[in-house]
Amino acid sequence: MSSSKKKKIHTFIVVDAEKCTGCETCESICSFVHDGVFNPINSRIHRVRIEPVINIALSCQKCEDAPCVKACPEKALTKDEDTGSIIIDAKKCNGCAFCSRACDFGVITLHLETQKAITCDLCEGMKDEFVDPTKGKKEPQCVEVCPKEAVALKSVEQIGEESRIDAVKRLMSEQLKEYEQKKRNQKKKNLRRKK
Amino acid sequence: MSKAKEATMPEEVKGFSQVRLDVDVTTGTFKESKLSKEFVRDWIGGYGFGAKVLWDELKPGVDPLGPENVFVWAIGPYPGTLLPTSSKYGVFAKSPLTGLFGMAISSGSVGAQARRAGINMVVIKGKAPELCYMVIDDEDRYLVPCSKTLAGKGCYETEEIIKEEFEDQRLAVMSIGPAGERMSRMGCITNDRNRQAGRTGMGAVLGSKNLKAICIRGTKPIEVARPKEFYQITKKLIKAANGPSTSKYRDQGTPSGLVSYNKLGMMPSYNHREGTFDHIDIINGDVLNRDWVIKKVACSQCSIACDHLVRVPKTHPDYPNLITSIDVEMCYSFGTATGCYDWPTIFKCIQMCDNYGVDAISAGVTSAMACELYEVGLITKEDLGYELPFSSTKNLVRFTEEMILGKGFAGEIFGDGTRLAGKRLEAKGRKNASYYAMNIKGLEMPAFDLHGMSTFAVGESVASRGACHQRNGAYSVDVKGAFDRFGYDRPVERGKEIINIEDMYTIIDSYIICKFTRGIYENDAEIAKVFELTTGIPFSEQFMKQRGAAIVTLAKCFNLREGMTRADEHPPERFFKEAHTKGPAKGVVLKEEGFQSVLSGYYEARGWDPKTGIPTDETLKKLGLDFAIGKIQLPKQGGKK
Repeated sequence: MSSSKKKKIHTFIVVDAEKCTGCETCESICSFVHDGVFNPINSRIHRVRIEPVINIALSCQKCEDAPCVKACPEKALTKDEDTGSIIIDAKKCNGCAFCSRACDFGVITLHLETQKAITCDLCEGMKDEFVDPTKGKKEPQCVEVCPKEAVALKSVEQIGEESRIDAVKRLMSEQLKEYEQKKRNQKKKNLRRKK
Repeated sequence: MSKAKEATMPEEVKGFSQVRLDVDVTTGTFKESKLSKEFVRDWIGGYGFGAKVLWDELKPGVDPLGPENVFVWAIGPYPGTLLPTSSKYGVFAKSPLTGLFGMAISSGSVGAQARRAGINMVVIKGKAPELCYMVIDDEDRYLVPCSKTLAGKGCYETEEIIKEEFEDQRLAVMSIGPAGERMSRMGCITNDRNRQAGRTGMGAVLGSKNLKAICIRGTKPIEVARPKEFYQITKKLIKAANGPSTSKYRDQGTPSGLVSYNKLGMMPSYNHREGTFDHIDIINGDVLNRDWVIKKVACSQCSIACDHLVRVPKTHPDYPNLITSIDVEMCYSFGTATGCYDWPTIFKCIQMCDNYGVDAISAGVTSAMACELYEVGLITKEDLGYELPFSSTKNLVRFTEEMILGKGFAGEIFGDGTRLAGKRLEAKGRKNASYYAMNIKGLEMPAFDLHGMSTFAVGESVASRGACHQRNGAYSVDVKGAFDRFGYDRPVERGKEIINIEDMYTIIDSYIICKFTRGIYENDAEIAKVFELTTGIPFSEQFMKQRGAAIVTLAKCFNLREGMTRADEHPPERFFKEAHTKGPAKGVVLKEEGFQSVLSGYYEARGWDPKTGIPTDETLKKLGLDFAIGKIQLPKQGGKK
């Protein structure tokens, strides 16, 4: 919980394909809070729809040994030690797009107007005017507005833990059912006793 | 008042791109012009733009399938912004199905792409010398001949081929199928595979212009007038759009209504012979979702995601792995109305409609008419080549395919909807065939049975595009029980209630947003506020509602000018003559006298002549429609000299 614990554990935007409906709201809000206008082409999160049934959005995975950083001939890209985010030095970036070509997920792109590389910064670069006054800090807005709560900010550790819990639930479904039945019976007993 | 408004008009309007694109497809010329601030304020978008342009530029009495028909494509100020369900577009033309004001609304990605391409409205006139498709690629606009590559192709394939050509999976493509190409009066426009501008034959109008498809993409940013406030309010609306007011659309989808309407005896079954369905235990939202739905998807910028995709398992003998999109209207048109309770058959019929390009409501209701005609012996196995009783399965699919593609007896007679089917059969000496044609003003009826809906009977009859619950949502008056739904008391009050709903629907269809979001706004003032925050144009609730009334009245003027009379605003005879044999509305029929009194009440409350339904000069003036005074040609049998 403390800020010191948060460090070194890299968090990134994760989208649940089961929940994602492909509505593009994340793209709209991403471009809006960064630029003040709506334009999904300048979004740092990208919806992908393959046939209507498969929907997901992708953004920077914060690879440990990031190919985009290595690919940049201008040395404009660095990896933030604390957050794991890719930091783009707009002064150095010359818009050659080698980073885009190197990225396995297609999530570092060029801004259409500035022709500088852009990628998910967890909204650190969002405009001040859009910061929710009740929260007072810059947080990923795609997580905030996703209508289906399909977008989340998670660490690798969290994702692993969730997958493990799911797996155990599947593996031990019989025992789980028995346990829950016992719990319900116990409750009923308690109720009867009270009466 | 209006002067004060003009004084505060912003220097620059946001939201709207204000760009009107005129396309003469005969010569292949494109011309751009700017919509004035006053025009966009007064006509708001979609429905309003369509009504105004058709009134101004369509010569009365033209053939809807001739080159003189005017095809309007329009959006309001919202597509591409964060406003929930804002990526909607409308198409407008004189309808080949009704001969009156035609319009259809669809969503998907088209509205947002077009807005990014900087387009607000496209007006298409003429007829291309050969089949072609139109491209709007930011500033590049051109026609591409495609008679060799796309002729006869279904909408799904057309979309795929064009996307491949552009190497862009996000290109927005609106296309017509073989039905639109052959100008079936039920022809629709399909986009994003599963979204349709379905009703009133707008696909046939594109077909008549030799336009197979329109594809659009753009890269321009979209600004709103007051970004900070706009973000606050839309964030709130997105949350609300996932609250209780939209749960039925999200969870079960619109088919959740099947059971509740059945309970009220309002679920049209067996071509509206009954209001309760014998197999409601199978054809309902629970079963649909439990057994068939595999995914819910959303249109661009929609928080609700009502689009329920179903899949037939790969083990099915006839339609393995078939995937289609479903909503309640199709559960009615190909389900309860035809008596079919085999889900895969229903899915197959819907998919054919979407892909070959006809309106799945009209097509289903036309099939239901055929089933009943078969049962009463007005059409036979000898005519069709197969049997077609209610609850058919494979033969229903066969019939539907022939009807859509214009093949055989089914295509020849039923390929253009119920009204023409009735007339064609009567011309062959099959007396009284039109009695089974469930349409109002030529448009096939939606999923409401009017026997026990005395208020909506009027609402559906006065709806500008013909039998329609989307132009006029007065069914809610009967469902909620604000008035006795079997009675006709307080006709003017009923009229006012119908108007309140109709005017708000008109605003929603002009904005254009989805009606599923009407419950997420705190009140109508908030709906008006969104316009102001987006465009910067001062816009009060009162002004908004006045414009709603003005747009409805102008569409009415259009219909009158095309020769519509009071007698046309009337449900089929069946509802007055033949009662359900079971259910809550058993024994009930509409009463002619009562119906007429509520109709007069509605006209009166609108400020239209209570006898003829013609808007009075005073009303036209009040609504800023002075330009229509003296231009509404009186119908020949009209009361005045």
